Amino acid sequence: MAFMPAIELRPILVIARKEFWDRLRNRWVLAIAAIFTVFALVIAYFGAAQGGAVGFQNMDVTIVSLVSLVIYIVPLIALILGYDAVVGEGERGTLDLLLSQPLTRLELLLGKYCGLAGALAVSTVAGFGLVGILLSHGIGLPALARYGTFVMSTLLLGCAFLSLAVLVSVIASNRVVASGLAIALWFLFVLVYDLVLLGLLVATSGRKFAGVFPLLLLLNPADIFRILNVYAMEEVRALYGLATVMPDQLARPWLLCTAMLAWILVPLAAAYRLFRKP
Amino acid sequence: MSASVIEVRGVGKSYGEVRAVDDVSFDVPAGRLFGLIGHNGAGKSTLIRLMLGLIGADAGSIRLLGEPVAGARFREVRRHVGYLPENVAFYDNLTGVETLRFYAELKGATLRDCASLLEKAGLNHAAHLRPVRTYSKGMRQRLGFAQALLGEPRVLFLDEPTSGLDPEGVREFYHRLFELRDRGVTILLSSHNLAQIQDRVDALALLRNGRLQAAGTVQQLREALNLPATIRASLHEGVDGRVHELLAHLPGCTVSHGPGREISISCGQHDKVTVLSALLASDHLFNDLHIQEPSLEDVFLGYAKEKNNGIHAGD
Repeated sequence: MAFMPAIELRPILVIARKEFWDRLRNRWVLAIAAIFTVFALVIAYFGAAQGGAVGFQNMDVTIVSLVSLVIYIVPLIALILGYDAVVGEGERGTLDLLLSQPLTRLELLLGKYCGLAGALAVSTVAGFGLVGILLSHGIGLPALARYGTFVMSTLLLGCAFLSLAVLVSVIASNRVVASGLAIALWFLFVLVYDLVLLGLLVATSGRKFAGVFPLLLLLNPADIFRILNVYAMEEVRALYGLATVMPDQLARPWLLCTAMLAWILVPLAAAYRLFRKP
Repeated sequence: MSASVIEVRGVGKSYGEVRAVDDVSFDVPAGRLFGLIGHNGAGKSTLIRLMLGLIGADAGSIRLLGEPVAGARFREVRRHVGYLPENVAFYDNLTGVETLRFYAELKGATLRDCASLLEKAGLNHAAHLRPVRTYSKGMRQRLGFAQALLGEPRVLFLDEPTSGLDPEGVREFYHRLFELRDRGVTILLSSHNLAQIQDRVDALALLRNGRLQAAGTVQQLREALNLPATIRASLHEGVDGRVHELLAHLPGCTVSHGPGREISISCGQHDKVTVLSALLASDHLFNDLHIQEPSLEDVFLGYAKEKNNGIHAGD
Protein backbone atom coordinates (compact mmCIF):
# COMPACT_ATOMS: atom_id res chain seq x y z
CA MET A 1 0.00 0.00 0.00
CA ALA A 2 1.28 3.47 -0.92
CA PHE A 3 2.73 5.57 1.85
CA MET A 4 0.72 8.75 2.55
CA PRO A 5 2.80 11.44 4.30
CA ALA A 6 1.24 13.95 6.69
CA ILE A 7 0.55 17.39 5.27
CA GLU A 8 2.96 20.16 6.28
CA LEU A 9 1.88 23.78 6.22
CA ARG A 10 5.22 25.43 5.41
CA PRO A 11 5.65 24.23 1.80
CA ILE A 12 2.00 25.12 1.09
CA LEU A 13 2.59 28.65 2.37
CA VAL A 14 5.84 29.06 0.41
CA ILE A 15 4.19 28.01 -2.87
CA ALA A 16 1.03 30.03 -2.14
CA ARG A 17 3.01 33.15 -1.33
CA LYS A 18 4.97 32.89 -4.58
CA GLU A 19 1.80 32.44 -6.66
CA PHE A 20 0.14 35.36 -4.90
CA TRP A 21 3.11 37.73 -5.22
CA ASP A 22 3.54 36.79 -8.89
CA ARG A 23 -0.04 37.96 -9.54
CA LEU A 24 0.42 41.07 -7.43
CA ARG A 25 3.71 41.96 -9.07
CA ASN A 26 2.55 41.53 -12.66
CA ARG A 27 -0.44 43.76 -11.77
CA TRP A 28 -2.97 41.01 -12.42
CA VAL A 29 -4.66 41.68 -9.07
CA LEU A 30 -4.76 45.43 -9.73
CA ALA A 31 -6.18 45.00 -13.23
CA ILE A 32 -8.95 42.63 -12.12
CA ALA A 33 -9.81 44.82 -9.10
CA ALA A 34 -10.04 47.85 -11.41
CA ILE A 35 -12.32 45.96 -13.81
CA PHE A 36 -14.63 44.94 -10.95
CA THR A 37 -14.68 48.49 -9.56
CA VAL A 38 -15.54 50.08 -12.89
CA PHE A 39 -18.22 47.53 -13.74
CA ALA A 40 -19.77 47.74 -10.29
CA LEU A 41 -19.83 51.53 -10.36
CA VAL A 42 -21.33 51.73 -13.82
CA ILE A 43 -23.94 49.09 -13.03
CA ALA A 44 -24.81 50.65 -9.68
CA TYR A 45 -25.33 54.00 -11.38
CA PHE A 46 -27.12 52.89 -14.53
CA GLY A 47 -28.61 49.65 -13.24
CA ALA A 48 -32.08 51.12 -12.79
CA ALA A 49 -32.04 52.93 -16.13
CA GLN A 50 -34.70 50.59 -17.56
CA GLY A 51 -37.00 51.94 -14.86
CA GLY A 52 -36.37 55.44 -16.13
CA ALA A 53 -33.95 56.56 -13.45
CA VAL A 54 -30.18 56.75 -13.04
CA GLY A 55 -28.07 57.12 -9.92
CA PHE A 56 -27.27 54.98 -6.86
CA GLN A 57 -30.81 54.03 -5.92
CA ASN A 58 -31.76 50.45 -5.29
CA MET A 59 -29.23 47.95 -3.93
CA ASP A 60 -31.27 44.89 -4.91
CA VAL A 61 -31.51 46.00 -8.52
CA THR A 62 -27.79 46.77 -8.48
CA ILE A 63 -27.00 43.31 -7.17
CA VAL A 64 -29.18 41.63 -9.77
CA SER A 65 -27.44 43.54 -12.54
CA LEU A 66 -24.04 42.71 -11.05
CA VAL A 67 -24.98 39.03 -10.79
CA SER A 68 -25.73 38.98 -14.52
CA LEU A 69 -22.29 40.37 -15.20
CA VAL A 70 -20.33 38.39 -12.62
CA ILE A 71 -21.80 35.11 -13.80
CA TYR A 72 -20.04 35.62 -17.15
CA ILE A 73 -16.85 37.30 -16.13
CA VAL A 74 -15.73 35.67 -12.84
CA PRO A 75 -15.71 32.06 -14.15
CA LEU A 76 -13.70 33.26 -17.14
CA ILE A 77 -11.19 35.10 -14.94
CA ALA A 78 -10.82 32.12 -12.58
CA LEU A 79 -10.31 29.69 -15.48
CA ILE A 80 -7.70 31.95 -17.08
CA LEU A 81 -5.99 32.32 -13.70
CA GLY A 82 -5.60 28.61 -13.03
CA TYR A 83 -5.67 26.65 -16.30
CA ASP A 84 -1.85 26.37 -16.50
CA ALA A 85 -1.10 26.05 -12.78
CA VAL A 86 0.45 22.60 -13.15
CA VAL A 87 0.76 22.02 -16.89
CA GLY A 88 2.56 25.38 -17.19
CA GLU A 89 5.19 24.26 -14.68
CA GLY A 90 5.68 21.08 -16.69
CA GLU A 91 5.98 22.93 -19.97
CA ARG A 92 8.39 25.54 -18.59
CA GLY A 93 10.53 22.73 -17.18
CA THR A 94 10.24 23.90 -13.57
CA LEU A 95 8.06 21.04 -12.28
CA ASP A 96 10.84 18.48 -11.71
CA LEU A 97 12.86 20.88 -9.60
CA LEU A 98 9.77 21.75 -7.54
CA LEU A 99 8.90 18.11 -6.97
CA SER A 100 12.46 17.27 -5.95
CA GLN A 101 12.06 19.55 -2.91
CA PRO A 102 10.83 18.24 0.46
CA LEU A 103 7.15 18.62 -0.38
CA THR A 104 4.33 16.32 -1.51
CA ARG A 105 2.28 16.67 -4.65
CA LEU A 106 -0.76 17.47 -2.52
CA GLU A 107 1.10 20.32 -0.82
CA LEU A 108 2.14 21.65 -4.23
CA LEU A 109 -1.46 21.57 -5.50
CA LEU A 110 -2.83 23.18 -2.32
CA GLY A 111 -0.13 25.85 -2.36
CA LYS A 112 -0.89 26.70 -5.97
CA TYR A 113 -4.62 26.78 -5.29
CA CYS A 114 -4.37 28.90 -2.13
CA GLY A 115 -2.05 31.43 -3.77
CA LEU A 116 -4.27 31.84 -6.82
CA ALA A 117 -7.44 31.92 -4.71
CA GLY A 118 -5.80 34.59 -2.55
CA ALA A 119 -5.09 36.72 -5.63
CA LEU A 120 -8.68 36.25 -6.81
CA ALA A 121 -10.04 37.06 -3.34
CA VAL A 122 -8.02 40.25 -2.97
CA SER A 123 -9.04 41.56 -6.39
CA THR A 124 -12.71 40.62 -5.82
CA VAL A 125 -12.95 42.09 -2.33
CA ALA A 126 -10.94 45.20 -3.30
CA GLY A 127 -12.91 45.80 -6.52
CA PHE A 128 -16.42 45.24 -5.21
CA GLY A 129 -15.58 46.33 -1.67
CA LEU A 130 -14.58 49.80 -2.85
CA VAL A 131 -17.95 50.19 -4.52
CA GLY A 132 -19.65 48.81 -1.40
CA ILE A 133 -18.06 51.56 0.65
CA LEU A 134 -19.19 54.17 -1.86
CA LEU A 135 -22.73 52.79 -1.84
CA SER A 136 -22.90 52.49 1.92
CA HIS A 137 -24.01 56.13 2.15
CA GLY A 138 -27.74 56.35 2.51
CA ILE A 139 -28.59 52.65 2.31
CA GLY A 140 -29.59 50.49 5.24
CA LEU A 141 -27.64 47.73 6.88
CA PRO A 142 -29.81 44.93 5.41
CA ALA A 143 -29.05 46.13 1.90
CA LEU A 144 -25.37 46.36 2.72
CA ALA A 145 -25.48 42.83 4.15
CA ARG A 146 -27.01 41.61 0.89
CA TYR A 147 -24.18 43.31 -0.98
CA GLY A 148 -21.70 41.57 1.36
CA THR A 149 -23.39 38.25 0.58
CA PHE A 150 -23.05 39.02 -3.11
CA VAL A 151 -19.29 39.69 -2.76
CA MET A 152 -18.76 36.50 -0.75
CA SER A 153 -20.77 34.40 -3.19
CA THR A 154 -18.74 35.93 -6.04
CA LEU A 155 -15.64 34.75 -4.25
CA LEU A 156 -17.09 31.25 -3.87
CA LEU A 157 -18.01 31.20 -7.56
CA GLY A 158 -14.46 32.22 -8.44
CA CYS A 159 -13.01 29.54 -6.15
CA ALA A 160 -15.22 26.86 -7.70
CA PHE A 161 -14.08 27.71 -11.22
CA LEU A 162 -10.48 28.01 -10.00
CA SER A 163 -10.81 24.45 -8.72
CA LEU A 164 -12.02 23.36 -12.15
CA ALA A 165 -9.12 25.24 -13.71
CA VAL A 166 -6.59 23.43 -11.51
CA LEU A 167 -8.20 20.12 -12.50
CA VAL A 168 -7.84 21.12 -16.15
CA SER A 169 -4.18 22.02 -15.54
CA VAL A 170 -3.56 18.50 -14.24
CA ILE A 171 -5.50 16.69 -16.98
CA ALA A 172 -4.14 18.57 -20.00
CA SER A 173 -0.93 17.43 -21.67
CA ASN A 174 0.05 20.96 -22.66
CA ARG A 175 -1.07 24.55 -22.22
CA VAL A 176 -2.90 24.74 -25.56
CA VAL A 177 -5.07 21.76 -24.62
CA ALA A 178 -5.58 23.25 -21.16
CA SER A 179 -6.78 26.57 -22.55
CA GLY A 180 -9.14 24.72 -24.91
CA LEU A 181 -10.58 22.70 -22.04
CA ALA A 182 -10.96 25.83 -19.90
CA ILE A 183 -12.88 27.65 -22.64
CA ALA A 184 -15.04 24.56 -23.19
CA LEU A 185 -15.90 24.49 -19.46
CA TRP A 186 -16.83 28.16 -19.56
CA PHE A 187 -19.13 27.60 -22.54
CA LEU A 188 -20.67 24.57 -20.89
CA PHE A 189 -21.41 26.05 -17.48
CA VAL A 190 -22.06 29.68 -18.38
CA LEU A 191 -23.78 29.49 -21.76
CA VAL A 192 -24.88 26.01 -22.75
CA TYR A 193 -26.07 24.42 -19.51
CA ASP A 194 -28.96 26.81 -18.81
CA LEU A 195 -30.07 26.79 -22.43
CA VAL A 196 -30.22 23.00 -22.48
CA LEU A 197 -32.08 22.98 -19.17
CA LEU A 198 -34.56 25.56 -20.38
CA GLY A 199 -35.00 23.70 -23.63
CA LEU A 200 -35.77 20.49 -21.77
CA LEU A 201 -38.23 22.27 -19.50
CA VAL A 202 -40.06 23.84 -22.41
CA ALA A 203 -40.04 20.68 -24.50
CA THR A 204 -41.49 18.59 -21.68
CA SER A 205 -43.67 21.37 -20.30
CA GLY A 206 -41.78 20.97 -17.04
CA ARG A 207 -43.43 17.67 -16.24
CA LYS A 208 -40.66 15.11 -16.53
CA PHE A 209 -37.99 17.22 -14.88
CA ALA A 210 -39.95 18.62 -11.97
CA GLY A 211 -38.31 16.17 -9.55
CA VAL A 212 -34.72 16.44 -10.68
CA PHE A 213 -34.75 20.09 -11.70
CA PRO A 214 -33.37 21.42 -8.38
CA LEU A 215 -30.63 18.80 -8.47
CA LEU A 216 -29.73 19.73 -12.03
CA LEU A 217 -29.36 23.36 -10.97
CA LEU A 218 -26.97 22.33 -8.21
CA LEU A 219 -24.80 20.65 -10.82
CA ASN A 220 -23.73 24.03 -12.14
CA PRO A 221 -21.82 26.44 -9.85
CA ALA A 222 -22.96 29.40 -11.93
CA ASP A 223 -26.60 28.49 -11.26
CA ILE A 224 -25.94 28.07 -7.55
CA PHE A 225 -24.42 31.54 -7.51
CA ARG A 226 -27.44 33.00 -9.31
CA ILE A 227 -29.89 31.35 -6.95
CA LEU A 228 -27.91 32.40 -3.87
CA ASN A 229 -28.13 36.03 -4.87
CA VAL A 230 -31.45 36.35 -6.58
CA TYR A 231 -33.78 33.96 -4.86
CA ALA A 232 -33.27 35.54 -1.46
CA MET A 233 -34.75 38.83 -2.63
CA GLU A 234 -38.50 38.80 -2.80
CA GLU A 235 -39.07 41.81 -5.01
CA VAL A 236 -36.26 40.80 -7.34
CA ARG A 237 -37.65 37.32 -7.86
CA ALA A 238 -40.68 38.84 -9.48
CA LEU A 239 -38.57 41.29 -11.42
CA TYR A 240 -36.25 38.56 -12.61
CA GLY A 241 -39.12 36.34 -13.65
CA LEU A 242 -37.68 33.49 -11.66
CA ALA A 243 -40.48 32.84 -9.25
CA THR A 244 -42.20 30.58 -11.72
CA VAL A 245 -39.25 28.30 -12.47
CA MET A 246 -37.18 28.40 -9.29
CA PRO A 247 -38.01 25.38 -7.14
CA ASP A 248 -38.73 25.96 -3.49
CA GLN A 249 -36.41 23.12 -2.46
CA LEU A 250 -33.47 25.37 -3.24
CA ALA A 251 -34.51 28.21 -0.94
CA ARG A 252 -32.02 27.02 1.67
CA PRO A 253 -28.79 29.01 1.87
CA TRP A 254 -26.97 26.20 3.70
CA LEU A 255 -27.77 23.77 0.89
CA LEU A 256 -26.54 26.20 -1.73
CA CYS A 257 -23.37 26.96 0.22
CA THR A 258 -22.69 23.26 0.75
CA ALA A 259 -23.14 22.63 -2.97
CA MET A 260 -20.74 25.47 -3.74
CA LEU A 261 -18.17 24.09 -1.29
CA ALA A 262 -18.52 20.72 -2.99
CA TRP A 263 -17.77 22.46 -6.30
CA ILE A 264 -14.57 23.76 -4.74
CA LEU A 265 -13.47 20.54 -3.04
CA VAL A 266 -14.46 17.83 -5.52
CA PRO A 267 -12.50 19.13 -8.54
CA LEU A 268 -9.49 19.76 -6.28
CA ALA A 269 -9.71 16.22 -4.91
CA ALA A 270 -10.00 14.87 -8.47
CA ALA A 271 -6.96 16.95 -9.47
CA TYR A 272 -4.95 15.47 -6.61
CA ARG A 273 -6.05 11.95 -7.49
CA LEU A 274 -4.79 12.39 -11.04
CA PHE A 275 -1.64 14.25 -10.02
CA ARG A 276 -0.47 12.10 -7.11
CA LYS A 277 0.75 9.15 -9.20
CA PRO A 278 4.31 9.95 -10.16
CA MET B 1 34.51 0.21 2.64
CA SER B 2 32.12 3.06 3.39
CA ALA B 3 28.36 2.49 3.30
CA SER B 4 26.49 3.11 0.06
CA VAL B 5 24.76 6.46 -0.14
CA ILE B 6 22.94 5.54 -3.33
CA GLU B 7 21.64 1.97 -3.67
CA VAL B 8 19.88 0.97 -6.85
CA ARG B 9 18.56 -2.61 -6.94
CA GLY B 10 16.95 -4.18 -9.99
CA VAL B 11 15.15 -0.98 -10.95
CA GLY B 12 12.87 -0.94 -13.99
CA LYS B 13 10.55 1.61 -15.56
CA SER B 14 8.38 1.33 -18.68
CA TYR B 15 6.48 3.90 -20.67
CA GLY B 16 3.92 1.91 -22.59
CA GLU B 17 5.85 -0.58 -24.70
CA VAL B 18 9.16 1.18 -24.16
CA ARG B 19 11.38 -0.18 -21.38
CA ALA B 20 13.17 3.05 -20.43
CA VAL B 21 15.13 1.50 -17.53
CA ASP B 22 15.55 -2.24 -17.22
CA ASP B 23 16.87 -4.16 -14.20
CA VAL B 24 19.56 -1.63 -13.25
CA SER B 25 21.59 -2.18 -10.07
CA PHE B 26 24.59 -0.30 -8.72
CA ASP B 27 25.92 1.32 -5.54
CA VAL B 28 27.63 4.63 -4.97
CA PRO B 29 29.61 4.80 -1.73
CA ALA B 30 29.88 8.02 0.30
CA GLY B 31 32.23 10.74 -0.94
CA ARG B 32 32.50 9.48 -4.52
CA LEU B 33 32.16 11.32 -7.80
CA PHE B 34 30.17 8.88 -9.91
CA GLY B 35 29.49 9.31 -13.64
CA LEU B 36 26.50 8.09 -15.58
CA ILE B 37 27.09 7.83 -19.31
CA GLY B 38 25.13 6.49 -22.24
CA HIS B 39 23.81 7.38 -25.67
CA ASN B 40 20.86 9.74 -26.18
CA GLY B 41 17.75 8.03 -24.83
CA ALA B 42 19.79 5.43 -22.91
CA GLY B 43 17.75 6.18 -19.78
CA LYS B 44 20.16 8.40 -17.82
CA SER B 45 17.67 11.19 -17.00
CA THR B 46 14.90 8.66 -16.29
CA LEU B 47 17.20 6.82 -13.89
CA ILE B 48 18.09 10.10 -12.11
CA ARG B 49 14.39 10.98 -11.83
CA LEU B 50 13.74 7.49 -10.41
CA MET B 51 16.55 7.92 -7.89
CA LEU B 52 15.01 11.22 -6.77
CA GLY B 53 11.55 9.68 -6.46
CA LEU B 54 10.11 12.05 -9.08
CA ILE B 55 8.72 9.03 -10.88
CA GLY B 56 7.89 5.65 -9.43
CA ALA B 57 9.72 2.49 -10.47
CA ASP B 58 7.80 -0.52 -11.84
CA ALA B 59 10.34 -2.87 -10.32
CA GLY B 60 13.22 -2.89 -7.85
CA SER B 61 14.11 -0.54 -5.04
CA ILE B 62 16.12 2.63 -4.53
CA ARG B 63 17.58 3.87 -1.25
CA LEU B 64 19.21 7.23 -0.65
CA LEU B 65 21.23 7.72 2.53
CA GLY B 66 19.92 4.35 3.68
CA GLU B 67 16.24 5.30 3.34
CA PRO B 68 13.69 4.30 0.68
CA VAL B 69 13.45 7.24 -1.69
CA ALA B 70 9.67 7.61 -1.31
CA GLY B 71 9.38 6.31 2.23
CA ALA B 72 8.18 7.81 5.50
CA ARG B 73 11.37 9.88 5.88
CA PHE B 74 11.32 11.24 2.33
CA ARG B 75 11.35 14.89 3.51
CA GLU B 76 14.44 14.27 5.63
CA VAL B 77 16.14 12.56 2.69
CA ARG B 78 15.27 15.34 0.25
CA ARG B 79 16.62 18.02 2.58
CA HIS B 80 20.00 16.34 2.14
CA VAL B 81 19.73 15.99 -1.64
CA GLY B 82 20.64 18.59 -4.26
CA TYR B 83 19.42 18.27 -7.85
CA LEU B 84 20.34 20.08 -11.02
CA PRO B 85 18.02 18.93 -13.83
CA GLU B 86 19.07 18.76 -17.47
CA ASN B 87 18.31 22.10 -19.17
CA VAL B 88 17.35 23.62 -15.85
CA ALA B 89 14.53 26.19 -16.07
CA PHE B 90 13.47 28.84 -13.59
CA TYR B 91 10.71 31.41 -13.20
CA ASP B 92 11.66 34.17 -15.62
CA ASN B 93 10.13 36.97 -13.56
CA LEU B 94 12.22 36.25 -10.43
CA THR B 95 15.75 37.59 -9.95
CA GLY B 96 18.64 35.24 -9.23
CA VAL B 97 18.55 35.86 -5.51
CA GLU B 98 14.73 35.60 -5.34
CA THR B 99 14.93 32.28 -7.16
CA LEU B 100 17.43 30.95 -4.67
CA ARG B 101 15.39 32.22 -1.70
CA PHE B 102 12.27 30.49 -3.02
CA TYR B 103 14.02 27.12 -3.21
CA ALA B 104 15.80 27.73 0.11
CA GLU B 105 12.44 28.28 1.82
CA LEU B 106 10.99 25.15 0.24
CA LYS B 107 13.98 23.15 1.35
CA GLY B 108 14.04 24.65 4.83
CA ALA B 109 17.60 25.91 4.20
CA THR B 110 18.97 29.12 5.64
CA LEU B 111 18.41 32.23 3.50
CA ARG B 112 21.67 33.75 4.71
CA ASP B 113 23.78 31.64 2.34
CA CYS B 114 21.95 32.59 -0.87
CA ALA B 115 24.19 35.52 -1.86
CA SER B 116 27.44 33.65 -1.09
CA LEU B 117 26.24 30.58 -3.02
CA LEU B 118 25.56 32.78 -6.06
CA GLU B 119 29.00 34.39 -5.75
CA LYS B 120 30.64 30.97 -5.47
CA ALA B 121 28.72 29.80 -8.52
CA GLY B 122 30.31 32.67 -10.47
CA LEU B 123 27.31 35.02 -10.61
CA ASN B 124 28.31 38.57 -9.68
CA HIS B 125 26.26 40.93 -7.53
CA ALA B 126 24.65 42.68 -10.52
CA ALA B 127 23.39 39.30 -11.77
CA HIS B 128 21.79 38.54 -8.39
CA LEU B 129 19.31 41.34 -8.91
CA ARG B 130 18.55 40.75 -12.60
CA PRO B 131 15.49 38.75 -13.67
CA VAL B 132 16.39 35.22 -14.72
CA ARG B 133 14.89 35.85 -18.17
CA THR B 134 17.96 38.02 -18.95
CA TYR B 135 20.39 35.20 -18.04
CA SER B 136 22.47 33.34 -20.62
CA LYS B 137 22.40 29.51 -20.70
CA GLY B 138 25.64 29.37 -18.74
CA MET B 139 24.32 31.76 -16.08
CA ARG B 140 21.18 29.65 -15.67
CA GLN B 141 23.37 26.61 -15.25
CA ARG B 142 25.40 28.41 -12.56
CA LEU B 143 22.19 29.45 -10.82
CA GLY B 144 21.00 25.84 -11.04
CA PHE B 145 24.22 24.64 -9.44
CA ALA B 146 23.91 27.22 -6.63
CA GLN B 147 20.33 26.00 -6.11
CA ALA B 148 21.50 22.38 -5.90
CA LEU B 149 23.94 23.36 -3.11
CA LEU B 150 21.25 24.91 -0.88
CA GLY B 151 21.12 23.39 2.58
CA GLU B 152 24.56 21.75 2.31
CA PRO B 153 23.38 18.53 0.64
CA ARG B 154 25.03 15.18 1.31
CA VAL B 155 24.09 13.83 -2.12
CA LEU B 156 24.11 15.69 -5.43
CA PHE B 157 22.39 14.61 -8.64
CA LEU B 158 23.64 16.64 -11.58
CA ASP B 159 22.12 15.97 -14.99
CA GLU B 160 24.42 17.29 -17.75
CA PRO B 161 25.74 19.97 -15.40
CA THR B 162 28.34 21.57 -17.67
CA SER B 163 26.18 22.17 -20.75
CA GLY B 164 26.35 25.87 -21.56
CA LEU B 165 29.53 26.47 -19.53
CA ASP B 166 32.70 27.77 -21.20
CA PRO B 167 36.00 25.89 -20.62
CA GLU B 168 36.91 28.16 -17.72
CA GLY B 169 33.47 27.60 -16.21
CA VAL B 170 33.85 23.84 -16.60
CA ARG B 171 37.21 23.90 -14.80
CA GLU B 172 35.78 26.01 -11.94
CA PHE B 173 32.77 23.71 -11.75
CA TYR B 174 34.85 20.56 -11.33
CA HIS B 175 37.08 22.35 -8.85
CA ARG B 176 33.96 22.96 -6.71
CA LEU B 177 32.89 19.35 -7.18
CA PHE B 178 36.26 18.08 -5.96
CA GLU B 179 36.01 20.35 -2.90
CA LEU B 180 32.55 18.97 -2.16
CA ARG B 181 33.69 15.40 -2.67
CA ASP B 182 36.61 15.97 -0.33
CA ARG B 183 34.11 17.11 2.29
CA GLY B 184 32.30 13.78 1.90
CA VAL B 185 29.50 14.79 -0.47
CA THR B 186 28.43 11.98 -2.80
CA ILE B 187 27.97 13.19 -6.37
CA LEU B 188 26.27 11.48 -9.28
CA LEU B 189 26.52 13.27 -12.60
CA SER B 190 25.43 12.36 -16.09
CA SER B 191 27.32 13.67 -19.09
CA HIS B 192 27.69 13.33 -22.82
CA ASN B 193 31.10 14.91 -22.68
CA LEU B 194 33.23 11.81 -22.15
CA ALA B 195 36.57 13.61 -22.54
CA GLN B 196 35.53 16.00 -19.78
CA ILE B 197 34.69 13.35 -17.20
CA GLN B 198 37.12 10.51 -17.95
CA ASP B 199 39.87 11.77 -15.63
CA ARG B 200 37.51 13.36 -13.12
CA VAL B 201 35.07 10.67 -12.00
CA ASP B 202 36.00 8.01 -9.46
CA ALA B 203 33.77 5.43 -11.13
CA LEU B 204 30.98 5.32 -13.64
CA ALA B 205 28.07 3.34 -15.01
CA LEU B 206 27.38 2.90 -18.71
CA LEU B 207 23.75 2.61 -19.76
CA ARG B 208 22.60 1.25 -23.09
CA ASN B 209 18.93 1.04 -24.05
CA GLY B 210 17.92 1.29 -20.40
CA ARG B 211 20.22 -1.52 -19.24
CA LEU B 212 23.41 -1.25 -17.25
CA GLN B 213 26.09 -2.36 -19.67
CA ALA B 214 29.11 -1.79 -17.47
CA ALA B 215 30.11 -0.23 -14.16
CA GLY B 216 33.46 0.44 -12.51
CA THR B 217 36.44 2.76 -12.78
CA VAL B 218 37.51 3.91 -16.25
CA GLN B 219 40.59 1.65 -16.00
CA GLN B 220 38.44 -1.35 -15.01
CA LEU B 221 36.24 -0.74 -18.03
CA ARG B 222 39.30 -0.53 -20.30
CA GLU B 223 40.62 -3.79 -18.90
CA ALA B 224 37.27 -5.55 -19.17
CA LEU B 225 37.21 -4.79 -22.87
CA ASN B 226 40.99 -5.35 -23.19
CA LEU B 227 41.23 -2.23 -25.34
CA PRO B 228 44.82 -1.82 -26.56
CA ALA B 229 47.12 0.86 -25.21
CA THR B 230 49.13 2.76 -27.79
CA ILE B 231 52.82 3.58 -27.36
CA ARG B 232 54.16 6.19 -29.73
CA ALA B 233 57.93 5.97 -30.22
CA SER B 234 60.25 8.33 -32.06
CA LEU B 235 63.26 6.39 -33.44
CA HIS B 236 66.91 7.36 -33.78
CA GLU B 237 68.49 7.29 -37.27
CA GLY B 238 69.50 3.84 -38.52
CA VAL B 239 67.89 1.71 -35.81
CA ASP B 240 64.78 0.58 -37.69
CA GLY B 241 65.96 -2.97 -38.14
CA ARG B 242 66.87 -3.40 -34.48
CA VAL B 243 63.56 -1.94 -33.35
CA HIS B 244 61.59 -4.31 -35.56
CA GLU B 245 63.61 -7.21 -34.28
CA LEU B 246 62.87 -6.14 -30.69
CA LEU B 247 59.14 -5.76 -31.33
CA ALA B 248 58.92 -9.14 -33.07
CA HIS B 249 59.83 -10.80 -29.77
CA LEU B 250 57.24 -8.86 -27.70
CA PRO B 251 53.79 -10.38 -27.10
CA GLY B 252 50.65 -9.09 -28.86
CA CYS B 253 52.16 -6.02 -30.50
CA THR B 254 51.02 -4.48 -33.77
CA VAL B 255 53.09 -1.72 -35.28
CA SER B 256 52.09 1.05 -37.65
CA HIS B 257 54.26 3.81 -39.08
CA GLY B 258 53.44 7.41 -38.33
CA PRO B 259 54.83 10.65 -39.74
CA GLY B 260 58.65 11.05 -39.94
CA ARG B 261 60.51 8.59 -37.73
CA GLU B 262 57.53 7.87 -35.48
CA ILE B 263 55.95 4.46 -35.00
CA SER B 264 52.81 3.46 -33.06
CA ILE B 265 52.90 0.24 -31.08
CA SER B 266 49.54 -1.15 -30.07
CA CYS B 267 49.39 -3.74 -27.30
CA GLY B 268 46.79 -5.28 -25.03
CA GLN B 269 46.23 -3.97 -21.49
CA HIS B 270 47.69 -7.15 -19.99
CA ASP B 271 50.89 -6.92 -22.08
CA LYS B 272 51.36 -3.20 -21.58
CA VAL B 273 53.87 -3.38 -18.73
CA THR B 274 55.95 -6.10 -20.42
CA VAL B 275 56.16 -4.11 -23.66
CA LEU B 276 57.00 -0.86 -21.91
CA SER B 277 59.74 -2.54 -19.83
CA ALA B 278 61.31 -3.98 -22.97
CA LEU B 279 61.23 -0.63 -24.75
CA LEU B 280 62.72 1.18 -21.76
CA ALA B 281 65.48 -1.44 -21.53
CA SER B 282 66.43 -0.47 -25.11
CA ASP B 283 66.04 3.27 -24.58
CA HIS B 284 69.16 3.97 -26.72
CA LEU B 285 66.99 3.17 -29.77
CA PHE B 286 64.42 5.88 -29.06
CA ASN B 287 64.32 9.66 -28.98
CA ASP B 288 61.01 9.72 -27.12
CA LEU B 289 58.30 7.37 -25.84
CA HIS B 290 54.71 8.35 -25.19
CA ILE B 291 51.97 6.07 -23.87
CA GLN B 292 48.35 6.74 -24.67
CA GLU B 293 45.56 4.88 -22.86
CA PRO B 294 42.27 4.26 -24.66
CA SER B 295 39.98 7.19 -23.98
CA LEU B 296 36.55 6.90 -22.37
CA GLU B 297 35.19 7.49 -25.85
CA ASP B 298 37.09 4.39 -27.05
CA VAL B 299 35.62 2.46 -24.09
CA PHE B 300 32.13 3.77 -24.90
CA LEU B 301 32.43 2.80 -28.56
CA GLY B 302 34.01 -0.52 -27.58
CA TYR B 303 30.97 -1.40 -25.48
CA ALA B 304 28.68 -0.22 -28.27
CA LYS B 305 30.19 -2.94 -30.46
CA GLU B 306 29.84 -5.60 -27.80
CA LYS B 307 27.16 -8.11 -28.65
CA ASN B 308 27.11 -9.46 -25.15
CA ASN B 309 25.49 -6.92 -22.83
CA GLY B 310 26.62 -8.75 -19.73
CA ILE B 311 30.15 -7.40 -19.34
CA HIS B 312 30.63 -5.83 -15.92
CA ALA B 313 33.86 -4.45 -14.67
CA GLY B 314 34.53 -5.28 -11.04
CA ASP B 315 33.92 -2.74 -8.32
